[in-house]
Parts: sequence; C-alpha cells; structure tokens
Amino acid sequence: MDAKGALANAFDVVELGFEPTPVAANLFAMTMSTEDSLREYLRLFVKIPLLGRIGPLASTFDFVADAAPGVKEILGVGKLCYEVREQHYDLIVVDAEASGHIVSQIGAPKVIADLVQVGLVRDQTQWMLDILDDPARTGVAVVTTPEEMPVTETIELLGRLRTETGAHAAGVIANRVLPLVFNRREQRVAARLDEALPLLVDAVGPGAATVVEAARMTEARRRTGAGHLDRLRAALERDDHVRDDLPIVVVPELFTRASGPRVVSLVADTLDDELDPDTLDERHRRDGSTDGGGRSGKVGDR
Amino acid sequence: MSAAGDLDHLLAGREMVLVAGSGGVGKTTIAAALGIAAATRHRGRTLVLTVDPARRLASALGLDEFGNTPVRIDPEAFAEAGVVARGELWVAMLDTKAGWDELITRHAPDAQVRDAVLANPLYENITSRFVHSHEYLAMEQLHDLHASGEFDLVIVDTPPSRNALSILDAPSRMVEFFGSRLLRWLTVPYRSRLFTVASRPFYQVADRVLGSRFLQDIADFFVLFQAMEGGFVRRAREVEALLGDPRTAFVVITTLETAPSHEARFLARALLDRGMSLGAVIANRVLPESLADPAAADAAVALAESADGELADAVAQQLGAPRQVVASVIEQVAEGFDDVALVAAGESDRRAELAALTPTLVTVPWLEGDIHDLSGLGELAAHLRDGS
Repeated sequence: MDAKGALANAFDVVELGFEPTPVAANLFAMTMSTEDSLREYLRLFVKIPLLGRIGPLASTFDFVADAAPGVKEILGVGKLCYEVREQHYDLIVVDAEASGHIVSQIGAPKVIADLVQVGLVRDQTQWMLDILDDPARTGVAVVTTPEEMPVTETIELLGRLRTETGAHAAGVIANRVLPLVFNRREQRVAARLDEALPLLVDAVGPGAATVVEAARMTEARRRTGAGHLDRLRAALERDDHVRDDLPIVVVPELFTRASGPRVVSLVADTLDDELDPDTLDERHRRDGSTDGGGRSGKVGDR
Repeated sequence: MSAAGDLDHLLAGREMVLVAGSGGVGKTTIAAALGIAAATRHRGRTLVLTVDPARRLASALGLDEFGNTPVRIDPEAFAEAGVVARGELWVAMLDTKAGWDELITRHAPDAQVRDAVLANPLYENITSRFVHSHEYLAMEQLHDLHASGEFDLVIVDTPPSRNALSILDAPSRMVEFFGSRLLRWLTVPYRSRLFTVASRPFYQVADRVLGSRFLQDIADFFVLFQAMEGGFVRRAREVEALLGDPRTAFVVITTLETAPSHEARFLARALLDRGMSLGAVIANRVLPESLADPAAADAAVALAESADGELADAVAQQLGAPRQVVASVIEQVAEGFDDVALVAAGESDRRAELAALTPTLVTVPWLEGDIHDLSGLGELAAHLRDGS
C-alpha cells in the first residue's frame, strides 16, 4: 500500500504497478494506486463511459481524496476486498500502511457508511465489512521490532483495531530479534570477561578489546530488546481486547550483507518453520491477511 | 572544523531548526536533546515544538503533559539531572485540532463564518486528513512562534510522513488547493453545476458514486472555507518563505540502516535542490567505527582458534569460573564478532555516502537502554555537542 519501491526491491524486479506482476511461481505482486483503483472502480461498477472526458484524474484526484474523508482509504481497501470477493487468489498478503494509518484504512468502510447517506459507495460498504470483519477470511498480522516505540505502537494498534474496527488480529511478528547466545551460567562469565582482557590481549593482540566490547554491546542490546518483548507479552495477557492465544512469532536478526530477495528468502524460511500449518487450527487459516506494520521491521524495509 | 563544532555553531546561528527524517530513527528524542544542547550552550530562550503521540517525551522531561502553549522546563529539574543550563528551555506539543481551530478563528472574515466552519460536521474529519494537515500545521506553528518574538531558537520535531518531501510541499499545496479547479467545482452553486461543460462529467460521476447529499455537505464546507482564502494563501506563502529563509536550517536524522539512510539522502538532496539550508545530518544509534578495524577481525579469528587452549585455563583461573564455561564464552564472543563487524562495515559505507552530502555529519553512538529522563537526554545532548 505504501509504495516506495521496497516491494519491487524485495522481489528484485525493476518496477511494480497496479497490474499484478508474476514474481515467482504462483506469486504475483502489485502496488496500490488509489487513482488506478478509482478508474477500475468506475469502469466496473459505475459503468459510465465518460472516463476519457473527466480528463487527467491525477491532478484533481489527489485533492478529492485528501478532502473527502475516507475516499483514499476506501479505494485502497475496496480493491483488496474486491480481489478477495472475486477469488482471484488463494491468499492476499497486504503490506499495509504504517500503524498510524492502518486503522483509518480498515475502518474506512465504516466511516463511509456513517458519513455518506446514499449513493453507490454506501451500498458497497457492507460487503467489504463482511470480508474485513470475518476472522476466517481476514486477519491482521502486526509486525514490530524489539524496540521501545515499535512495541508501544503495537500495543496501541492492537487496542485500536479492536475498538475502532471489526477486524481481528491474527498474530504479532517480532522481527529482527537478537538471538539468545549465552545460557545463564555463560552470561555471568561473559559479563565479567573484560576483567580478563589483559590475558586476551596478550594472547591475540589489542583487537581483543574491540571483540569483547562488541559482544558486550550485542548482549546489552539483546537484553533491552528482550525487555520490550516481555512488555509486549505482558500487555497482550492483560488486554481483554486481544485474543488469549494470539501468537508472537519471532524472526531473528539476520546478519547478512544482502538485501532484497536473499533477505526475503531467509525470512520466509524462518516464518515457514514458525508457522507450521499442521499446528495451526482451522481458526487460524485465512483467505486474506493484512500486515499492519509498525514503523520498522517490514521485510521490504531492510 | 569538527562536525560537532558545526552543530554548536548551527544552534547559535539559526533561529529555526527543523528536525526531519523517517519514523523510528529517534527524531523526537534528538530534537529534545538539541534543545538541551542549545540551552546548555547559550543564554536565551529555546523552544522545542514536538509531535509525540506517545507522550513519552513529556515524561522524560518531567512533565505530566504539555500542549499547544509552551511550558518551561523547571531549572531545578535540570540541576537535579546534572545538566547545567545557561538558557531557558521551553517545550510545546503540536495539537492538530487546536491548531486548526486557531487558524479558522484567525482567518474567518466574521464570527458567523467561523462558527459555521467549526460546527460543520465534516470539519473535524476533513482537517485531520486534509492536504497533509499535520505537516502544514507544524510549519504554521513554527511561523507563529517565530513571529511571536518570544524565542531565540525554535526547534521543530517534524511529523513523521510517508514522504519526507511532503513537509516541504505542504504550504504550496495549500496555496494550490485554493486555486484548484476542484475547489471551484465543489463550491459551484448546485443548480449551475449541470450547465457547466467542464465540470458536468465530474458531477455526474461524483453524484452517482458519493451521492448528492454527501457532495452537498462537502460543498457547504468548502464554500465556507473559500471565504478564508485570502488569509490562508497569504499565510501559506509566508510559511513557505520561512522554510527557505537563511535563519532556518534543517537537521536530518537517520540511523545507518539501509532504508532510513536512503530516505535521509533523498531528503538531503531535495533540500539542496530547493535551495534550503541543510544544517546537519545526525546519524543516530551508530556502532563504533573500531568494529570495522581489521585488527579486531584478526583478533576474533585468533580467539576462536585458541578458545579451548591455555587461554581458557588462564581466564578461568582469573575469573574463578568453570573452564568449560569460559572456553564456550570465548568461542561464542569470537564467533559472534563477524556478525557485528558486518553491520559495522555496512554502516561505514552509509556514513561515507551521507558525508558526501554534508560537511556536518554528526554521529551519536547507540546508547545502552532507552532514554527515560532528563539526565538521559542531557547525556545525549552532550554527545551531540562533542560529536564522536
């Protein structure tokens, strides 16, 4: 939804547009364009043969969309729901807008239904709501990183999803989590390793100080991150609005020089292991899934 | 001249500093720390205008909350946090709703229009989305605060936006909107709509899609809004001029990760293209450069090889720890180094790319833990002033 070319980079294709592009076997990718979505909508539903005469939609469209509440959002979310309804795909994964915007996007059909009393748009909000609010068809996967702001935003987002929309959270994905390296006994020794620094320097040279410092920093970072994930877990347990068994899926930090398809494939392997379909009950299986990303940690952001 | 010297110079020489960058890079925290840096360096009054939906900054500054009206940070709180402030530090929070209400009140030609706009059912909904409303209001408030003559330096933590440029374009978009065909169409009296050749197709479509009732609601609002055109347009032009004013500088915040630094380079170039002043780029949460040192990589390899030998015996003896545990720790410390060094190498590339865009690249090391209080902010301010 938030086209900056990140998705094209992730699949290593030159460019993606509104027309779906095959990027792998049985996998298509597209970027949302609300203007194209409007054209398609007018062509399919309004059946007004005037499109050519409206002139360049682009210049005026932006302003309409900015001015009229919910128009931009409904065109985005409407396109998704349309694809779900027409069953053009088995699964639609949406890289949604950042957490501040996702609620107004998913909530757009409701806003429109409240504001617009008559007209085609109003008539068409109900079937969208049916799709978005059905946990068997739509689930929101909230992506976060183990840092202060993203975790805080995730907790807020889960609450707002429940209170302001009918959509259901399907899970939380914690991305870029530093793996636990030392067990508890080792942690105690590692914390004191700098006391033995002269011995290490004697053995391998002055570079040893940097190596020990790097390990100390990584461990401090991991501990800070783990604290934020604990805070997330505690908030999920406390929050009555959130499903009791909402899974938190952990994707480790990938220390790789690569970006693009290599990172995508490494993350996909991890998710594949974490989301073993045999262990997921029927309730977790979905036709549509929306990724309400926090500010960081979306795959394409790496 | 060192980069940090330049940052001090910037805080001394400019009257407005706009802090920009992508979300999640620590922009709000850095803006506050810049305010503290200015207040510790100079006499006079510094204001930090922030957007901080989590109100985290308020608690770090020792305040319950703060709003549109500037409040001063208690000098005693500075003293307790070990920060020696020579000047005054004030903070205010950007409040979009209150800001719009103020704008309407100021520009409405009379009380009747003002009340009609404020009571319009679409008003709230529209202002919260309209023409990059957040960005425009931040700029508007900057103008206002600067014009008030109450502050020597105003630092603005700009709202996170999907496109970094939208903050620069917000004033001209506001001007454009008032001159746009769309506004003319929306405000044409209902009866004459179908007779205007140019707008007829637009209305036929809009009527069917949105319904005439909703369209009329929108029209009512914009007819009122149009009455304020003169004031809004003049103001937007003034705000735009302020962005390019020599007394204004931008500070771009980023981390040295791929996506944020790409965004930062994009923003820095856009500023230079528009003739706006790029005061500094601040790279936040940066790993020490020493990690990219080949001597360290060599040491890591050597440590991994000798982990299970005499070295482990000696270290185990000194620490009074089991030898097996020590050997395992040394091995993992050595093997983990590669991962960190890889990240550091990437950061060093990105640092070089950013340095090519500005003579003032300041790096802030990754500080342990999160910043929760004034002394944490003071520590960050010291880093900003010293550079690293």
